[in-house]
Amino acid sequence: MNFWDYLGTRHQQLLTDAFQHASAVFQCMVVATVIGVVIGVFTYRSEWAGSLATTTTSTILTIPSLAMIGLLIPIVGLGVAPTVIALTLYGLLPIVRNSIVGLRGVDPSLVDAAKGIGMSRTARLFRVELPLAWPPILTGIRVSTQMLMGIAAIAAYASGPGLGNEIFRGIGSLGSKNALNQVLAGTLGIVVLALLFDAAYVLIGRLTIPRGIRA
Amino acid sequence: MSETATSGTSGTSATAAPAGGAGSATATGATIELEDLTKRYPGSPNPAVDDVNMEIKAGELVIFVGPSGCGKSTTLKMINRLIEPTSGRIRIGGEDVTDMDPVKLRRKVGYAIQSSGLFPHMTVAQNIALVPKLVGWSKSRIKDRVEEMLDLVGLDPGEFRGRYPRQLSGGQQQRVGVARALAADPPVLLMDEPFGAVDPITRDHLQDELIRLQHELHKTIVFVTHDFDEAIKLGDRIAVLRERSHIAQFDTPEAILTNPADDFVSGFVGAGAALKRLNLTRVRDVEVRDYPTVTVDDPLQDIFNKLRHGHTNEILLLDKRHRPYKWLRRGDLMRARGSLARAGTLVHDTVTRDATLRDALEAVLTDNAGRVAVTGRRGAYEGVVDMETLMNSVHELLEADRLDALEHQHDLEEQRAEQTHRAQEGADATGEERA
Repeated sequence: MNFWDYLGTRHQQLLTDAFQHASAVFQCMVVATVIGVVIGVFTYRSEWAGSLATTTTSTILTIPSLAMIGLLIPIVGLGVAPTVIALTLYGLLPIVRNSIVGLRGVDPSLVDAAKGIGMSRTARLFRVELPLAWPPILTGIRVSTQMLMGIAAIAAYASGPGLGNEIFRGIGSLGSKNALNQVLAGTLGIVVLALLFDAAYVLIGRLTIPRGIRA
Repeated sequence: MSETATSGTSGTSATAAPAGGAGSATATGATIELEDLTKRYPGSPNPAVDDVNMEIKAGELVIFVGPSGCGKSTTLKMINRLIEPTSGRIRIGGEDVTDMDPVKLRRKVGYAIQSSGLFPHMTVAQNIALVPKLVGWSKSRIKDRVEEMLDLVGLDPGEFRGRYPRQLSGGQQQRVGVARALAADPPVLLMDEPFGAVDPITRDHLQDELIRLQHELHKTIVFVTHDFDEAIKLGDRIAVLRERSHIAQFDTPEAILTNPADDFVSGFVGAGAALKRLNLTRVRDVEVRDYPTVTVDDPLQDIFNKLRHGHTNEILLLDKRHRPYKWLRRGDLMRARGSLARAGTLVHDTVTRDATLRDALEAVLTDNAGRVAVTGRRGAYEGVVDMETLMNSVHELLEADRLDALEHQHDLEEQRAEQTHRAQEGADATGEERA
């Protein structure tokens, strides 16, 4: 059976896996974005807190993903839970770092002006600082997503959802006639998903970055 | 050390009607009183601003001028409490604002800074609408106000409303910055070196605009600059500050130029005080002479007659909209064989009645016949200023200044004596207060 025949007969299963993969990544990204930006907002004003946040999140990133999921299984069990926790943690670094960099990069004279015309701290944050820091934050989200696409494949190890199942099944039955097709289908699926997400981010950038600061 | 800064009763300052407190809707201006205002930063032995006392009248444009690092900006920022004073009181329109919510205070005090401080992610209209939105104006009122403010600073609302700051020139950005500061109609406007970052020509225009605005609005404006010429041009009164924001002199520009209080001030005034004096008088204050004129629509014969029988050997030719067009000498028309298009020399420079005598002198000096046409609305002809008029006016001015200076000198000495007396007596009292 060649690759195209394989796709033809198994497309139902592949689509389900792809959808679950995308949905897992998307949901974890939403959680990671919220947590990451909040961490950024609370730490960017202080040199010390900012570097603590960046160092912590980058330390998390150095833990091999397989080990991370392996370590999570005894604590939270198999399935969706370890997947979501691991993906969210991995997704944090680029978002936290870019939030801090973005918020610190806002021209101090603009913050001064915002203060001077009578904007409260909250108003300043939501009306001036976050909108101006949004382009770098969005870049962080984009990088994060690309990374999570790959890492999500490992989730299958903990019986998690997604295209990783396809790859693991292939690796597990190496030598059988469909092994290569399975690995290939899973990998290509992830690449295609990553490209689709990236295109979506370009669109989101167009829609959410005000014309006045768009590069 | 206590310094009172009420020397020099203002000579020329526009005395607007005192506004009904900081909150009134169509505010024209409010008084600002600074009382023993001091700022100390932890870890530095000397205060950054030391015991400033100052009274600014409603509708007055006061300039803080001084070398960099003298604390003038810090003093300004304490008025809207961007920098919290360590001690002392601030009163605006008689109301003590030292302990009120700083966010609420700042909505009543306009604030314009260097390089405009416009938010790049908002359009011009959104930038201007910010403060009115914060204080809860209705949508339609904000929309009208934005148009009004753009008109006020000389930008066409239709063209500029939807633009982003980066699509504007530096001067236009600065105008929008001023419009934003004035949007919620605050009685007080603070300007922190607002024209510091624009090129000299644009700066000159912006200064003229500010003078015009102030004539219309009569806000109380506190303006910080390190450029003494700018201070002379704009200020009703100038506070020359030295280190720690000590007031070296607080007086009208005329008085500071003719009668600097000490070496520090005269050093700051710099050379050419007599020339700078010319900046303080405007063309409207001197005699503008009538001059024989003709318009391009007049029949050629009339023009010939006027040239031949007039008492001057030159007449001014105006275009269809009565703007100065050409200087015609006797014989010019002959040489050009009766063609107005070819005869005479083009008028290349005119001044308005708002121009300073210095501008007028400049124009007269560069003109080959030593005169310049004065124009009014839409560039229409109003009269002519020549070297003789200027010389006479300057002589009169200097004579008057000399008399004023003598009078001031006397006042100043009296005030100084009183001040030293107070400082000696009050030294113990203020010491206890701080402890």
